[in-house]
Amino acid sequence: MSRKKTITGGLFIGATAFSALLIIAIIIILLVVIIIGGKSTFSWEFLTAFPEDGMMKGGIFPAIYGTVLLVLIMSVAAVPFGTITAIYLTEYAHEKSILAQTIRFAVRTLATVPSIIFGLFGLGFFIKFIGTGMDDAFLGGQLKWGQPNILWASLTMALLTLPVVIVSVEEAIRTVPRELREASLALGATKWETIKRIVIPGSRSGIMTGTILAVSRGAGEVAPILFTGAAYYLATLPTSLSDQFMNLGYHIYIMATQSANVDQTLPIQFATTMVLLLLTFTLNLAAVIIRSRLRRKAK
Amino acid sequence: MKEIKIKTRDLSLFYGPKMALNSISLDIPEKEVTAFIGPSGCGKSTFLRTLNRMNDLIPNVRITGEVLIDSLNIYDRQIDVVNLRKKVGMVFQKSNPFAKSIFENVAYGPRINGINHKAKLEEIVETSLKKAFIWEEVKDRLHDSAMGLSGGQQQRMCIARTLAVEPEVILMDEPASALDPISTAKIEELIFELKKNYTIVIVTHNMQQAARVSDLTAFFYLGELIEFGKTKKIFTTPDKKHTEEYITGRFG
Repeated sequence: MSRKKTITGGLFIGATAFSALLIIAIIIILLVVIIIGGKSTFSWEFLTAFPEDGMMKGGIFPAIYGTVLLVLIMSVAAVPFGTITAIYLTEYAHEKSILAQTIRFAVRTLATVPSIIFGLFGLGFFIKFIGTGMDDAFLGGQLKWGQPNILWASLTMALLTLPVVIVSVEEAIRTVPRELREASLALGATKWETIKRIVIPGSRSGIMTGTILAVSRGAGEVAPILFTGAAYYLATLPTSLSDQFMNLGYHIYIMATQSANVDQTLPIQFATTMVLLLLTFTLNLAAVIIRSRLRRKAK
Repeated sequence: MKEIKIKTRDLSLFYGPKMALNSISLDIPEKEVTAFIGPSGCGKSTFLRTLNRMNDLIPNVRITGEVLIDSLNIYDRQIDVVNLRKKVGMVFQKSNPFAKSIFENVAYGPRINGINHKAKLEEIVETSLKKAFIWEEVKDRLHDSAMGLSGGQQQRMCIARTLAVEPEVILMDEPASALDPISTAKIEELIFELKKNYTIVIVTHNMQQAARVSDLTAFFYLGELIEFGKTKKIFTTPDKKHTEEYITGRFG
């Protein structure tokens, strides 16, 4: 090999190694800064108490509670719907049918729509159209559903995370070997019985991965809930689907931009960020582990 | 001569524009073993799969002609494919146990047929495993995963699973091609035993196997049925030169 080539090769290796290290360094710096900034505030009490003194002190329990509730309701909506869509796409639709291609195109497009658009859509569709419609039809125009609440926020978030669920479940369904479907059909099972008894149980871990990824995405997104249900501050926890709620991501945004004294709330911002990161990291890690097991099984 | 169980008339099959089976007419007698032999890609497996309509699952397949089982055309509109497959069971080349216990694997078919009574299921599972010569090996671990069985055991369990549905015909698609000689011998012994009660159609690559287990042999080549007759005759004095060349190993 000529000297020149050796140098070019060396430079290339150096550049790739540098890029890789840079990314790792950024993550480490990010984590260190957040942990240093938040560790003095982070405590059991911080996790379990309500905010105090105009959110300058106290804990973030309502925000944690609201976030968990949000992703729960979101999952209840997105997971069954996404799973059924994935089953339709893989098992029933002809690969080249116009309907299947339209659905696939819609799913891909949905995944690239900026999250703030989902927020606006939620406001327009769920609150103004469905919510106000419900109020007019059942409550004589009295305002109950035609305003932001946790139900509309969760459903908006469900739309955002639907593609994640659909893609994960589709991938899992495709790993169920054809031989097993044939075995089931050859024993006189109908297509539906085969899906119910062989295909869905065989894709359980994929459905799980999809759910976790959706939950971790939903826990971190703020834009979709800005206009659809997240509240600045609430003295009580939400008890009904028509209540508003506090949320970790939104809480950080509020304290960083709307607080009376931004500098004074810095430790709380850091600690809240820590909680949110911890939550999404753990969820993503779980999804990665389950998915790698699934891939091993597929081989 | 025994009664004819399966009769095909001018059966042709196309994958898109490509003809894979060309006008096959064949009579398969009841409670005997009929073997299909021929080089890879000759259509023998495709033909086997037309007998329980497994080819329905593959897109762009078109079939013409008739397959009569007990004098009923199974491609008739009124035929319920699910019932057909209960009557015509199938054992595949690669053993394909479900990721369930041995018990649940064998009980799968009966459960689908609505049998949920525990004692009844236990009885079916036991008889089926006994018929497949595997009961003694698995009776103490019925509730362990079937994935833990050896390849040969898995295949015999798959046969038990097929038997549990009480079929009349069993189609076997190279059932021993992935097994060692001892497991193969067990499967062949089993086939010999099963033909007392079932009509068996077996596709095999292994000429000796066809000669050992079958009563009748059909030789396929390039989607055509070249010759069909008593196994003894096919292997000793075949009518067609082609058959002889294949059997003596001059091509394959």
